[in-house]
Amino acid sequence: MMELQTITPISVGEVVAKAEQAKKDGNRLVQIGCTKIEDDFEIIYVYDKDYKLTSYRITVKQDDEIPSISGAYFGAFVYENEIHDLYGIHVKGINIDFKGTFYKTAIKHPFSVTITKEGDA
Amino acid sequence: MSKQITIPFGPQHPVLPEPLHLDLVLEDEKVVDVIPTIGYVHRGLEKLVEKREYTEYVFIAERICGICSFIHSQTYVQGIEQIMGLEVPERAQYLRTIWGEYSRLHSHLLWLGLFADSMGFESVFMNAWRLREHILDDLEATTGGRVIQGVCKVGGVRKDITPEKLDEMLKGLKSMEHELTDLNNVFLHDSSMKHRLKGVGVLSKEDAYYLGAVGPTARGSSLAIDIRETGYGALGKINFKPVVEHDGDCYARCAIRAKEMFTSIDIIEQCIKKIPDGPVDMKVTGAPNGEYFSRTEQPRGEVIHYIKGNGKKNLVRHRVRTPTFTNIPPLVTLLKGCELADVPVIVLSIDPCIGCAER
Repeated sequence: MMELQTITPISVGEVVAKAEQAKKDGNRLVQIGCTKIEDDFEIIYVYDKDYKLTSYRITVKQDDEIPSISGAYFGAFVYENEIHDLYGIHVKGINIDFKGTFYKTAIKHPFSVTITKEGDA
Repeated sequence: MSKQITIPFGPQHPVLPEPLHLDLVLEDEKVVDVIPTIGYVHRGLEKLVEKREYTEYVFIAERICGICSFIHSQTYVQGIEQIMGLEVPERAQYLRTIWGEYSRLHSHLLWLGLFADSMGFESVFMNAWRLREHILDDLEATTGGRVIQGVCKVGGVRKDITPEKLDEMLKGLKSMEHELTDLNNVFLHDSSMKHRLKGVGVLSKEDAYYLGAVGPTARGSSLAIDIRETGYGALGKINFKPVVEHDGDCYARCAIRAKEMFTSIDIIEQCIKKIPDGPVDMKVTGAPNGEYFSRTEQPRGEVIHYIKGNGKKNLVRHRVRTPTFTNIPPLVTLLKGCELADVPVIVLSIDPCIGCAER
């Protein structure tokens, strides 16, 4: 049986408040992940409490700056540095900012380019 | 304040099987700050979803890691099946659970050997790896592969296990249980081990939770987080309790893995007794259209495969959050305040898998 999972769209301005609220409600940070959808980037913040996931999605452009939630969740720095290094999205205020050296990639921001837009149906 | 010096630890270091770099800021012999660096073996495997069809990609998902390879493939296909609403045959779910627990056994024995070896405990190292060979032999006999099994597929599994072989596996595990008890007694009750591990690298329950610790790293700090409790595969029909320790130190994290091996054996035994007859796979048509966070419990903790499809044969995104990746922030906290000589032991106590972490 499929576990019901919903991802709530929020604005960039709500990211930190949602993170602080999630922590206040006793959630742990499960992951932050980015997905390139055509010219946009979807970033999903996932929290968990008692095996129930709460997810928030923001949609940004590559030039947009997103706020760090490392103030609420110290461990967010690994995800935020990854998003910066693989997608080129700037994250403001990371507690441990590697400034692009977290991953050593042969080309800059390799995941910001789509190799094949779509496969055959 | 003493003068601060920075010492590089890794990426090549005798206790590290894989490259992880830590800049240790020291005041005398005490670590006051740690800056971790990974990225030496980043392969960008997730990007290959754009080139491989979702049915083929399971082989890539399985190659994310050479230790928990089967569980990666299981997590991936489970996510695809959830999106497509596939009801996988029950026998296949039991087989996946059996192979998943075999993977946990071989991973924990691998870790036990490496950990003991790093401390000069050669007899435990050799005996742990001797026992691990039995596990790998069973994996090879039932799947065809010792490290990469290649047996999971969308809609089920590629191979079945005969009742005779299941009986043989059961007998093998029973006899291994005694040897494991002896090995654990030597490892956990040795005064040198206790002296070296107790009270070292303590992670509080609150820190473990909010820093994102998972697996034995979390359970060693009183956090009963074990994704197997969600009942994926056949685990919903199996009785087991997560092993939890309360001291939060290196010894607690080691004890978790030592005791978890018996839980895995118990789960396999229950599966073998309960496994129903029937098919092991189903015909799959179409392509996934939707998104899902598929979660399972790897030997090192919760792994998440985020899968997004748009109804085409190539996925839009496959993103893997591995347990070692989320155990890095707790590791940084564990190391702050420790003695330089304790760093190798603390690092190995989280059982880091960098190949997994970097994908």
